[in-house]
Amino acid sequence: MVSAVLPKLKEPSVIPGFGTTLGFTLFYLSAIVLIPLGALVLRAAGLGLSEFLTLAGDPRTLAALKLSFLASLAAASINAVFGLLVAWVLVRYDFFGRRLIDAIIDLPFALPTAVAGIALTSLYAPNGWIGGVLEPLGLKVAYTPIGVVVALTFVGLPFVVRTVEPVLRDLDREVEEASATLGAGRLATVTRVVLPALLPALLTGYALALARAIGEYGSVIFIAGNIPYVSEIAPLLIVIRLEEYNYAAATAVAAEMLAIAFLMLLAINLIQAYSRRRFGHAA
Amino acid sequence: MDISVRRLCKEFDRYPALNGVSLEVGSGELIALLGPSGSGKTTLLRLIAGLEFPTSGSIYFGKEDASQKSVQERNVGFVFQHYALFRHMTVIDNISFGLRVRGRRNRPSDAAIRKRASDLLDLIQLPNVANRFPHQLSGGQRQRVALARALAIEPRVLLLDEPFGALDAKVRKELRRWLRELHERTGHTTIFVTHDQEEAMEMSDRVVVMSQGRIEQVGTPDEIYDRPASPFVFSFIGDSGELAVTIDRGEVFLDGRSLGPLAEGLPDGRARMFLRPHDLEITDDPAGAISGEVATVRRHAATRRIEIAVGEKRQRIEVAVPATRGFVPEGTQTFRPVRCRLFPAN
Repeated sequence: MVSAVLPKLKEPSVIPGFGTTLGFTLFYLSAIVLIPLGALVLRAAGLGLSEFLTLAGDPRTLAALKLSFLASLAAASINAVFGLLVAWVLVRYDFFGRRLIDAIIDLPFALPTAVAGIALTSLYAPNGWIGGVLEPLGLKVAYTPIGVVVALTFVGLPFVVRTVEPVLRDLDREVEEASATLGAGRLATVTRVVLPALLPALLTGYALALARAIGEYGSVIFIAGNIPYVSEIAPLLIVIRLEEYNYAAATAVAAEMLAIAFLMLLAINLIQAYSRRRFGHAA
Repeated sequence: MDISVRRLCKEFDRYPALNGVSLEVGSGELIALLGPSGSGKTTLLRLIAGLEFPTSGSIYFGKEDASQKSVQERNVGFVFQHYALFRHMTVIDNISFGLRVRGRRNRPSDAAIRKRASDLLDLIQLPNVANRFPHQLSGGQRQRVALARALAIEPRVLLLDEPFGALDAKVRKELRRWLRELHERTGHTTIFVTHDQEEAMEMSDRVVVMSQGRIEQVGTPDEIYDRPASPFVFSFIGDSGELAVTIDRGEVFLDGRSLGPLAEGLPDGRARMFLRPHDLEITDDPAGAISGEVATVRRHAATRRIEIAVGEKRQRIEVAVPATRGFVPEGTQTFRPVRCRLFPAN
């Protein structure tokens, strides 16, 4: 049986070192990703089903998970819309300071998230510059779920911009011209021709921003106020449980997060694979 | 629809791409815009389409001034060199796109759109690809789909920008013949851009030869080949050689030797003599003949091309002799110019 499988790997290839590189990739993935996650799953499995369900079904845990995932979805959706807009402006228009703005986009990548969180908090707090304006309008941002969304939007923006930008830049202008010669107005061209072409990149950016938002901790805890059942995110809850030496509860929350995040990213990847197969974006 | 282009100028960042071009295209004509790259031929086509706007001058579609109309209003069919198909749409959706984006008032019914699209698929002889995506088609098929998409909107004029440029030689040849037949059947006024003179000569009713943002000559393929209007056209179209000569009272001299009274009506002084390889005959009579030393002999389809070096400056020209002669000349040979074309040197 072994000999029936091996020759496929042994086939001479133009690019040498297939065995070595595959081996390294598997080792690397295992060391960095699979073993830590495996340990987590193992630990969660060690809890036993009834204990796990009790811990996982805890109302405070469920509230934190709900906030984490809904706020992340909201933030990623906001980023998908406005990140696309920013990418569009950066690619399609030439204006004074374009390069500067281009560089600013990456700042959320580089800034320590705690710094971002504190800055956002001081801006959006009731006595802050923006919070002070919103407060009389009855809109509270800091120390509410809205604050969580604001922080997650901040950290996720570069993902959408940076994935959409190169695709938009490479988009064939002739396709838009073809659309115009066929009588399509600008709006029709953008919605029927340009956006479908950007969709795979936009989905990738969305998935990355979403993944980042789900795992985000540093910037959120400052602006969220961390009120249990209201503005407490799941990653924070894990830390709280750890500080209580309640490893079982921490593991349960972590395992739930892992499962939900994995399913969401898998779904996005499947949509992408489908659209890629269908529209021939693979080339 | 006849098209009239009047003193059209276009500058890109102060660089003139088109310098006062005027052109009349009759209804139902098939016209080729031919020229080297940078000659302004694509710019002219894009101006007619409305994809660019002229710096000055005007474009008339029939009696109507189309110069300031948007590309959407002009109702032209445009085919791009690299097809520019919408790759997220099936072939049938690509073809129906132009009808589907129309306002509700002008849009045909769904059934009518489907009928029109499938009629066009028959016209381009690809009835079975309706539900494929562009990336599943060959280059030649894609270009035919692009053409069907352009025809779907019943354009007033069909504009093609190097339509066969991205295709390999065999497919290109097939498509050329097919497009010519299609034009005869549908009768659309058609303008296409090419840098391939063979393509221009073979397909079009009239050829517009362009260079450096100007029209050098407009004429039927015969006129362009047989009576080139300028040194540029002569050297650009077909094979040609050039000799520096002088004219004295209608008589042409090459290195002080008379070639006969070939230049009646032309001013005295230095001139450029253009010859095609077929315009020279081997002769034994040295009177009025060009003599030169044979440099190379190459086989070229049914002829042998002899390259000779003429005179003190060893100017190179090519002579074609029938390959059947089995004649491999050596040393110095003399050739009598049967036809030639002279332009004053400036």
